[in-house]
Amino acid sequence: MTIQRKAIALLSGGLDSLLAVRVIQEQGILVEAVNFYTGFCVEGHTHAIRKKHKDKNKRNNALWSAEQLGIKLHIEDISEEYKDIVINPKHGYGANLNPCLDCKIFMVSKAQLMLNRARELVDQSGFDFIITGEVVGQRPKSQRKETMPIIARESGSDDLLVRPLCAKNLPPTRPEREGWLDRDKLYGFSGRNRKPQMALAEQFGFEDYAQPAGGCCFLTDENYSKKLSDLWQSRGERKYELDDIMLLKVGRHLRPEPNYKMIVGREEGENNFLTGYRKEFISIKITSHGGPLTLIDGAPTEADLLFAARIAARYSQGHSADTVSVEIRAKNGVCTEHNVIPFPPQDVKAEWHI
Amino acid sequence: MSDRDPTHHHLDAKRLLCPMPVIKTQNKIKTLEPGDTLEVISTDPGVKQDIPAWCRINGHSVISVVEEDNEYIIKIEVGSS
Ligand code: SF4
Repeated sequence: MTIQRKAIALLSGGLDSLLAVRVIQEQGILVEAVNFYTGFCVEGHTHAIRKKHKDKNKRNNALWSAEQLGIKLHIEDISEEYKDIVINPKHGYGANLNPCLDCKIFMVSKAQLMLNRARELVDQSGFDFIITGEVVGQRPKSQRKETMPIIARESGSDDLLVRPLCAKNLPPTRPEREGWLDRDKLYGFSGRNRKPQMALAEQFGFEDYAQPAGGCCFLTDENYSKKLSDLWQSRGERKYELDDIMLLKVGRHLRPEPNYKMIVGREEGENNFLTGYRKEFISIKITSHGGPLTLIDGAPTEADLLFAARIAARYSQGHSADTVSVEIRAKNGVCTEHNVIPFPPQDVKAEWHI
Repeated sequence: MSDRDPTHHHLDAKRLLCPMPVIKTQNKIKTLEPGDTLEVISTDPGVKQDIPAWCRINGHSVISVVEEDNEYIIKIEVGSS
């Protein structure tokens, strides 16, 4: 009797991991998947917050992929442990603050832990190997020929880590050597060309799959990375809480002075979201006209707050009025009313925008 | 099936953004038995898609999805898988 082999897959929700799983399923292997929530994932948040995205399809792509593949998916919140990866990546950053190589090592090592844990439990049949959708040469930092063995080695998964889409460009892994997998039926994709993946998707009948540009998380985004660097610089230490990194996804961020930053809502959905933070931040609300809710992060003086109120008024419907009424609310709920002159748009300095 | 009576549970996932409500639901269901029910309350409209999708994948049934004052209440019956 042949043994039913089982694999655990890292499922990001993108096309590559979707295909990698299907390639392995084709060989009669049972696959289950895991998806890691780092706090920086592009999924969900901004769509959920912004009203203008209300009609957009808000599906979670990892769940969607798992459903297409007919496999179980476990989503794990690694946001706390992940901080260390973002703050101190051993292998450094990519083009922005994306620590892709450390990130991959961390995620594969997490999957390896699950594999080990399942083996220890008597009632679980356990997993035999790990699969990822990595493709040699696809990403300049993490997916290069030289980095593939580093990920395998440093994650502790060694030759139990299979990359079905580019396996033929890499030395045979144990599942191939032992005959659990037929190496001839794996692929030899390489480089940034996406056509082979798209052709394979068509062959398997996958449509409407996610094709994230750049990467699977906000850390590959230049503007987002700038905001995160600014946050670290202004606080004098490289630390963050989950709320900090959520707020970096929302609103206009302006720093008129080093001691404080403004987060100005751009539309109703963002204003509602920011309202939920009024106990943690000083806030400015425009009362005489329609306008944004603004949070103030940092340690502003009284004069700074009035200055910020003028800038906030510039983004309100009263931007051309002589004066605009604002309410400045302290964290403890105490409010003060003021009349301010909206800041002339041309005087809002470009370098204030983060 | 055990002969115990099913138990009913609640999960407050308000203010959390997806996929956190799904993760909380998943972790709560791990502690429950087949036949038990769980009512999840969330403020992120994304749960209307994500929680039913997660349930379909993992063999649980969605009994109802109710939208009330910008809150989404999803009732789930735990499956046996
Ligand atoms: S893009 Fe983000 S999630 Fe993807 S490997 Fe890089 S750091 Fe990790």
